[in-house]
Amino acid sequence: MSSSSPSPRASDAPAPNSGSSLVAPPPSLAELFVAFATISLSGFGGVLAWSRRMMVEDRRWLTVEQFNEAYALCAFLPGPNIVNFSVIFGSRFRGPLGGLIALVGLLGPPMVLVVILGALYAHYGDLPALRRALVGVAAAAAGLLMATVAKMAQPLFRNRAVAGPLVAFATFAAIGVIHWPLPLVLAVIVPVSIGLAWVRL
Amino acid sequence: MRDDSGTLVTLAGYFALMSLFAIGGANSAIPEMHRLVVEVRHWMTDRQFTDMFALAQLTPGPNVIIVTLIGFHVAGIVGALVATLAMCGPTCLFAFFVGRTFDRFRGAAWHAALAGGLVPVTIGLTAASATVVASAADYNWIAAGISLVTAVICYWVRLHPLWVFVAAALLGAAGLV
Repeated sequence: MSSSSPSPRASDAPAPNSGSSLVAPPPSLAELFVAFATISLSGFGGVLAWSRRMMVEDRRWLTVEQFNEAYALCAFLPGPNIVNFSVIFGSRFRGPLGGLIALVGLLGPPMVLVVILGALYAHYGDLPALRRALVGVAAAAAGLLMATVAKMAQPLFRNRAVAGPLVAFATFAAIGVIHWPLPLVLAVIVPVSIGLAWVRL
Repeated sequence: MRDDSGTLVTLAGYFALMSLFAIGGANSAIPEMHRLVVEVRHWMTDRQFTDMFALAQLTPGPNVIIVTLIGFHVAGIVGALVATLAMCGPTCLFAFFVGRTFDRFRGAAWHAALAGGLVPVTIGLTAASATVVASAADYNWIAAGISLVTAVICYWVRLHPLWVFVAAALLGAAGLV
């Protein structure tokens, strides 16, 4: 990345907000681990907001533009976005080892926590109060997913296009109602959907 | 709980393949996890799957952590490691190599087509995930009410989801669900 130039005003790239255009020196391996462990442990549900705050606002390792670009790339790649982000971010600054350290920082602490919870569940999972509490949490989490769907679907309906909502509904029916295997459904629907989007461009 | 090597290989194969199809993140793959783990393999009951989903939501960190929990339930600590590695390994390698060449792709036309094509699929998959959780065994009218209220709150109010989860857990523990 060429953004580490010391000149206060880089003429080739427009600075969206001059406050965060000064980028800090690249993080060390230890800083990478601590940064992603912190992001991971402070994020329930969505980790995006936390990673933006740390990378752009607190540590200034990336500009807003660089962050958005890196994150857009991660959304295209298969697999969890934030996991991809940790690998791309870490390896961009510190090579393959940096990618690995960032990944371990992101996944290590929650893995330890969740295994502890899993062990507790194995012992106490049949307690009636705990069972009902988990039913409540699962119901709330399902509601959170519904809200996410509603937010994501808004732009689909805004431009009065039929293809997007149709693809979304077909995917939902095939996976959520008929319970067809995921690879099979995606092998058909993803090329169709990308083709439709290509035609609309 | 089983820990024979056959189970570990199956676990690794399932999640490695699934990771490549998890468009938009782990929440998109919840129905596929449910299908394989509950319907095909009978590694756990419907209720246990929903409980694990709830536990994973209560744990800070990426949503993919549910895979660790499933692996742990099926084959202990080794299962947890195998499942997580399988779910993250292939896509991380992919991300590593693509990340190095990303600057060449910037602004390409297929970039927009790819985005426009994948977003509706992700929406459909996330909706399917909500349905799978909501059609679980213990899901009654009060649970449906909790889902709806949560959806409304999270849609209109910028409230940390953890508070809603805590409130729902308390409602459940009090015997209302």
